[in-house]
Amino acid sequence: MTSAIEFTDVIKSFAKKDGTVQTVLDRVSFSIPAGKTTVIAGGSGSGKSVTLKIVLGLMKAESGKVLVQGNDVTRARGAALEDLRTRFGVLFQGSALFDSLTVFENVALPLRERTKKTEEEISSRVHAALSQFELSGHEEKYPAQLSGGMKKRVGLARAMQLKPAIMLFDEPTTGLDPVMTREIYQLFAKTQAEFGFTSVIVSHDIPKIFNLADRVIILDSGKMDVFNSPEEIQWSEKPHIRQFVKMTMGDIYQSHLVENRNPVGR
Amino acid sequence: MKSNPIANLGNTGLYILSDLGKMTLFLFQAFRGIFRSPFRFKELLRQINFIGVGSLAVIFFTAASTGMVLGLQGYYSLNKFGAEGMLGSAVSLTLIMELGPVLTALMVAGRAGSAMCAELGIMRISEQIDALDCMAVDPFRYLITPKFLAALISVPLLTVIFDVVGIAGGYVAGVSLMDVNPGSYMEGMRSSVTNHDIQLGIIKSFVFALLVVWISTGRGYFVREIRGAGFGAESVSRVTTQAVVLSSISVLIFDYLLTAVFL
Repeated sequence: MTSAIEFTDVIKSFAKKDGTVQTVLDRVSFSIPAGKTTVIAGGSGSGKSVTLKIVLGLMKAESGKVLVQGNDVTRARGAALEDLRTRFGVLFQGSALFDSLTVFENVALPLRERTKKTEEEISSRVHAALSQFELSGHEEKYPAQLSGGMKKRVGLARAMQLKPAIMLFDEPTTGLDPVMTREIYQLFAKTQAEFGFTSVIVSHDIPKIFNLADRVIILDSGKMDVFNSPEEIQWSEKPHIRQFVKMTMGDIYQSHLVENRNPVGR
Repeated sequence: MKSNPIANLGNTGLYILSDLGKMTLFLFQAFRGIFRSPFRFKELLRQINFIGVGSLAVIFFTAASTGMVLGLQGYYSLNKFGAEGMLGSAVSLTLIMELGPVLTALMVAGRAGSAMCAELGIMRISEQIDALDCMAVDPFRYLITPKFLAALISVPLLTVIFDVVGIAGGYVAGVSLMDVNPGSYMEGMRSSVTNHDIQLGIIKSFVFALLVVWISTGRGYFVREIRGAGFGAESVSRVTTQAVVLSSISVLIFDYLLTAVFL
């Protein structure tokens, strides 16, 4: 299976206020298969968001190698790094829409800044995207005038504009109600089926998010455990994984996996 | 853990060095943004409107008030020596070389510098700047460079307006209220102000503009990395205060240094 992203012996640590060092990623190695959905889970401060930032080149690892479609992000600088970043679409936790731009301008931004398309072409592309994400009629609204779910859809529409090969979702359903969360998951599944990109989802929303996962990575105390299916997790003999399962999923895990494996129509 | 004063001192030293290094790179990247395409001309005009046109009222009132106070104070001081004819010279030189550039920069730091810092700080904590990076859009070219250029264009022009309004204010106070001879006021100004004095004022205004925009945008951009700033909205408010204070102090220090070097 081709890897979209590959971590090899990656180390990342931070200096704490008291002078000690906290190692967030300790010789971490894993690969994310192309065209599949990988969920990265773990407690707060376990290094999930750091992992995403390293993938995007927003943060540098102290050692190790991070390959994105065969290119080493840790060595990329300037134009090479920009080129690598155009392969990604990112949906941020808070959507990260530009407050001073309208919905239309937010979605048009990557096309205006990264392509040589005419305004007519951009307008047509943006209107098509807004229609696809059920945002028609909201073009002139500002992010402050949108609901949480609409912001996520605008963020997703913006992230899709450069046709990314890899989509990164950072806590995509934080702050959304259960109905909206379900809608967003359905939208992910639908969009991925249509565009065939590689998905990496960092989420606390366990076990619901596992229904989307082809592969699950659990981060804990700088170490990483990779599971080739969500079902594999419950059979793990490792104490910290058993503890994680108990704390985050408990009894409902079984019911979600066994009885309701298909809430998003996959 | 027991606090070690030597270790704390060392950590503070390292933090200051690292902060200076980051700010220096920030300055280079801001200027490099000028040469990266596409250049955001509309954004430059928008920033000139915000920094320059938006500051006109505050500059006008500050300049008029300062000029009038200088006119009155100057008259009382010079009158003791029978030298009130020198009022035009005293007011214009003080404004052109010192008060014009300094007060303009302080007003811009308080009005526009604080806004630029808060805007970038909020963009940073809400991941809008990260979003630009992820879309492979250079945040310097997109956000910072237009602000730098707008400040470097607007502040010297505002300084010239400050000088003119201030001199007019001095004229109103000295000539209209204190009966100083209008001819001697104008002649005193014309004979004492040299090109060198005007150049010094303009050089100062460029340097102050750079300091204000550099510190204000830099503090906002690095809001997450500033020691003791805290998190979230609190960090933005603290860093904005810090930006205005640092900009103002830097303007005053550089005013002395430039005067000492060029006078």
